[in-house]
Amino acid sequence: MIMPSAEADPVRIVRLVEHGFDPTAEVMPFAESLPQAGGIASFVGKVRPGGDVEALELSHYAPLTLAGMESLADDTLARFPLDGILVLHRVGIMRPTEPIVLVAAAARHRRAAIEAVDFAMDHLKSDAWFWKREKRADGWHWIEPREQDHADLARWSTSTK
Amino acid sequence: MAVKLVFLGKLADLANAPEREVAGPLDWAGLLAALPGPLGEAARGERVKLALNGRVLPDKTSLSATDGDEIALLPPVSGG
Repeated sequence: MIMPSAEADPVRIVRLVEHGFDPTAEVMPFAESLPQAGGIASFVGKVRPGGDVEALELSHYAPLTLAGMESLADDTLARFPLDGILVLHRVGIMRPTEPIVLVAAAARHRRAAIEAVDFAMDHLKSDAWFWKREKRADGWHWIEPREQDHADLARWSTSTK
Repeated sequence: MAVKLVFLGKLADLANAPEREVAGPLDWAGLLAALPGPLGEAARGERVKLALNGRVLPDKTSLSATDGDEIALLPPVSGG
């Protein structure tokens, strides 16, 4: 495995976001701050429109949720040769089409960046400390974990969590 | 001072509040005694975890909390 450059510690930005955010306005300065990175990959997850979902609420537990995301960012940095990683996640009430998560990775070469984003997203989707409920016409409903999310996680067989 | 209980996800609905204070010290049996009805049943569930002061307990029945501590009751996460 190619080890990360020893020139500088990789950049790690991890935040919980209480209000709507503009993913482009987050990725651009991240990319510009890492001129040595030849590749930037990013993923933006949005609240999926459709069905009769009027709103989505994500609740979290501060002592665990942010620490868990930071630990995931560290695991991702340890696993892939990156110059930096950015992980933002919304909490609170969102409407369909609003961004809910942004992961970006910067690396010398594209594959590490693309795979790092994929890895981080699979972990965020399955075992991050979030509880989700949807508001439909008949009120709020708690969302249970999806089997597919756990199957996605199993792709990374040396997962530590 | 007391022990603060924090209810996450649907447990907050069962508790009718996101938080509650109970007198310490509190062990697992004491916690269940403080949570009668569906909330206590849910807490016993295999998939409900406990965190004491922000650390998930490997074995929730080993709970030992004193005044000033915070216990979070964590149902299965929905993911991000």
